Amino acid sequence: MASFDEATAPHSNDGQPIYRTQGVTKVYGEGPAAVHALRGVNLEIPTGELVVLLGPSGSGKSTLLNILGGIDRATDGSVFFQDQDLVAMTDRRLTAYRRAHVGFVFQFYNLMPSLTARENVELVAEISPEPMAAMEALALVDLDNRADHFPSELSGGEQQRVAIARAIAKKPTVLFCDEPTGALDSKTGVTVLTALQKLNRELGATTLIITHAAATAAMANRVIHFADGDIREITENDSPAPADHISW
Amino acid sequence: MSANFSVLDRKLLRDLWRVKGQAAAIIFVIGAGIALFVMSSGMISALDETMRAYYERHRFADVYAPAKRAPNSLLADIRALDGVAGAEGRIRGAGLVALPDVDAPISASVVSYDVDASAPINRLYLVEGRMPRSTYPDEILLLDAFAKAHDLVPGDNLAITMYGVRHTFQIVGLALSPEFIYALPPGDFVVDDARFAVLWAGREAMEAAFDLDGAFNEVVLVTSRGANEDWLIDRLDDILSPYGATGAFSRDDQLSNRFLVEELAQLRTTGRVMPPIFLGVAIFLLNVVITRLVQTEREQIGLLKAYGYTNREVGGHYFKFVAVIAIGGAIVGWLGGLYLGRLIAGIFQNYYHFPFLLYEPEFRTFWLALAFSNIAAAAGAFTAIRGAVTLSPAVAMRPPAPPKFKRGAAAARYFFSLLDQPSRMIIRRLSRQPIRAALTTLGIGAAMGLSVMMRFNTDATDYMLDVSFNVIDRSDVFVSFVEPQSEKTVYELSSIDGIIYVEPFRASSVMFSNDRIEHLGSITGLPADPVLNRAVDKDLRSVDIRGAGLVLSEQLAELLDVKVGETLAVEVREGRRPLLDIPVTGLVEAMIGTPAYMTTEALNRQLKEPGRISGAYLKIDPAKRDQVYDELKNVPKIAGVSLRREAYENFKKMIDEGPGTFRYIMTIFAVVIAVGVVYNGARIAFIERHHDLASLRVLGFTKIETGYVLLGELFLLAIFALPIGAVFGYWLWAYFADALSTELYQIPIVYREDGLGYAAIIVLLSTIAAGALVQRDIGKLDIASALKARE
Repeated sequence: MASFDEATAPHSNDGQPIYRTQGVTKVYGEGPAAVHALRGVNLEIPTGELVVLLGPSGSGKSTLLNILGGIDRATDGSVFFQDQDLVAMTDRRLTAYRRAHVGFVFQFYNLMPSLTARENVELVAEISPEPMAAMEALALVDLDNRADHFPSELSGGEQQRVAIARAIAKKPTVLFCDEPTGALDSKTGVTVLTALQKLNRELGATTLIITHAAATAAMANRVIHFADGDIREITENDSPAPADHISW
Repeated sequence: MSANFSVLDRKLLRDLWRVKGQAAAIIFVIGAGIALFVMSSGMISALDETMRAYYERHRFADVYAPAKRAPNSLLADIRALDGVAGAEGRIRGAGLVALPDVDAPISASVVSYDVDASAPINRLYLVEGRMPRSTYPDEILLLDAFAKAHDLVPGDNLAITMYGVRHTFQIVGLALSPEFIYALPPGDFVVDDARFAVLWAGREAMEAAFDLDGAFNEVVLVTSRGANEDWLIDRLDDILSPYGATGAFSRDDQLSNRFLVEELAQLRTTGRVMPPIFLGVAIFLLNVVITRLVQTEREQIGLLKAYGYTNREVGGHYFKFVAVIAIGGAIVGWLGGLYLGRLIAGIFQNYYHFPFLLYEPEFRTFWLALAFSNIAAAAGAFTAIRGAVTLSPAVAMRPPAPPKFKRGAAAARYFFSLLDQPSRMIIRRLSRQPIRAALTTLGIGAAMGLSVMMRFNTDATDYMLDVSFNVIDRSDVFVSFVEPQSEKTVYELSSIDGIIYVEPFRASSVMFSNDRIEHLGSITGLPADPVLNRAVDKDLRSVDIRGAGLVLSEQLAELLDVKVGETLAVEVREGRRPLLDIPVTGLVEAMIGTPAYMTTEALNRQLKEPGRISGAYLKIDPAKRDQVYDELKNVPKIAGVSLRREAYENFKKMIDEGPGTFRYIMTIFAVVIAVGVVYNGARIAFIERHHDLASLRVLGFTKIETGYVLLGELFLLAIFALPIGAVFGYWLWAYFADALSTELYQIPIVYREDGLGYAAIIVLLSTIAAGALVQRDIGKLDIASALKARE
């Protein structure tokens, strides 16, 4: 697999936005049955921030996240990651982009059931150019003592933290989390958010979190409110609260 | 129609449509098995019924008793024997046909035929022209196939040399005979329409040609129902032995009939052994598909039951699913079987000359095919349907427990540490479903087995031909004499310009007996140090036949249950007809026929006929071939000429057409199995692991890397399947070789690595092709939506 412009893609680029979108639209289906998931989104996300996306179901936040993460394509508009246009990329280049830069954490964890916690992390580490050690990544989410357990032997919160360890093991440039606490109770959710905030600060990876829990907004540098396929409001937060102060 | 479909039936159709690729693969596997069954069964009845009807209507003789010269007056005694329904004395001889545009002499059998007989034995079937008139001795009938091969038509003349005298006859009709359905020239193994003629001439002409005024040299008779044939044969031998009888034999030993009967036996073996293999694989495939379907529909099953559908209705619904596939397989197989049957019947008719060969669609086999495939379907679906039926609605509505994986022992952990994560996923999945993995391996192994068997079959026939024509018999031309000649004939032949080497042989027909086992055969006398036609052992080294004893082919020794060092009783059927006791001094490998060898000198000493030879193997100068052929046509003592190179080519051609076509079909069927098994396995794995695969794609794994996780498992199983399939194929081939070997030819069990390699390539290519079909699905994977929720 060809690496994705490693030399030209530094983790920090001096206050430049890491993502820049212009008029991004996404339409599913055709004709009268067409669904407009995004209706011309313009957005800039500064490098290194922790960004929370809020909004009701179907408001387009997951669609935007998928487009930024390179697992879906915009119907129209432009999407720049640093200075590279994701819209113009081939499937192959998109795969290389995900491989080199993007870490994902999903609502349903999406761990490989046949691999242990450590192996799930190594799965990604193996295809990354400069990964951190799997045990180190697990230690960051306080799961180094559960490394040899299979997903079926872990609780939901533990599984989600393995998923986070897997996402950060490659030292991603950006970390996308789609409802990372959606399947968890409040207390477990807080441990997951704490881990994400810590990683954002320690590793400097730009982090985008989609959530239904409005309280989560308190920990973000920036909160983007979605409605009807577009951004309704963006609020900046100069002093984000620690994640363990949040409850919902 | 659709208005009558219940909602459940509509669901059934949609479910089937969703798995159409897999359903099609299973239909083809079932279809292949059914096709072989329908084809062999149809061919067996077509051949069997045609043969029976033809034999009966044309009074095919039950017993043949050749002699040298027996007076016609003996016929009354013979007809008076118990159990004889009719007997004819006829004259049968050999000749060489000369055609203006053919250089090589052509062997011919000439048979007297009584056109006035009201119910002649071996009655001819007139294809074209008319019957000869008894008052016109130069009118003859000619074997239809030979005439067609040379564009001869009624009205043409035909020159034939018999006993050194050239006769010209007028062809008035073309005929077929139940005696010559498989018309094999003397000394050959394969029919060649162009190289063997049969002529039927009037009694008068035959008596003149063979100097048999008022006499015959063969009795053919039909027996009455319940006649004791063995007793009759003994009586015929008694009556005819003063007149040079070489031994009466029954229809079972009549050459044409024997080939037919053995062909039928081969078809029966195929029909018995092959279909179960395919149905076994189909059972497994159906099991996997229906088990998967029931698993994914747990909640729906629970819902149906919660709403009040009975267990019977739920079970019936899933049974219908497999029944549709089974019926599809039966239809495809039945039609395919008819097509194959027609194809094979067409090839048969090139070799077996029947007045008609009706290959009719047999509706009986359709019902059997339907029954077989439904039984297979029910067997395959049984456990899954039982699971659906016994599932309680409350349990069904809950999702199934997540899959559990276990860590291995220390040794396994070390092994694992050598693997990357995708490979670990492959190994863990295999160890989690060992039975499915084992069955998949067996399924692919079955494909490998068929492929190996077909390859070994090819190798064995190649080996048989190579050994027979390049090691044992290395001559160019084989000539047999009308009757034993003086050794001086060798010089006569040697003097023909273009003949480089003459190797004479002596042959004598004998009855071997060891205790109660009797076998009518012959002893071949060879020079002490043969060059052109040799006896060889298993390792293809020349066997020394010098000494006073007999060297038997292994097959003959087995037949007579005699070992080296033991003594055989030999009753010579010609000349002075001595009764001899001869020790067996060695065994040789023979692939064609069941020869027994001695030196010519020793044989002649036993026969008390020194210096006699029966024919010769010739090596000729290829540049002077036509000249040699011309000269041979004029040697009066020669009864038959066989061109070895042409025999070899013919044999190859026959094998390419008959068994070759069959092998081709079987190779396609092996591919059907391999593709069916791998495609099904891959599709199921793809559906089951849709989510995991999409996750891998999101994590940055390429399509190929993701494909590896999915298909690596199946390739690994395919590789495990190769040695299993090789053993299975070897075993299958050994069984077939044994079942197909006859006294006429023995099929060796040849083991060759390149045969295995070839078979393995076919299986692996099929695996790759099936994998590629599913790899396409990975390309189409909608990775964004796959992450939304579990199915």
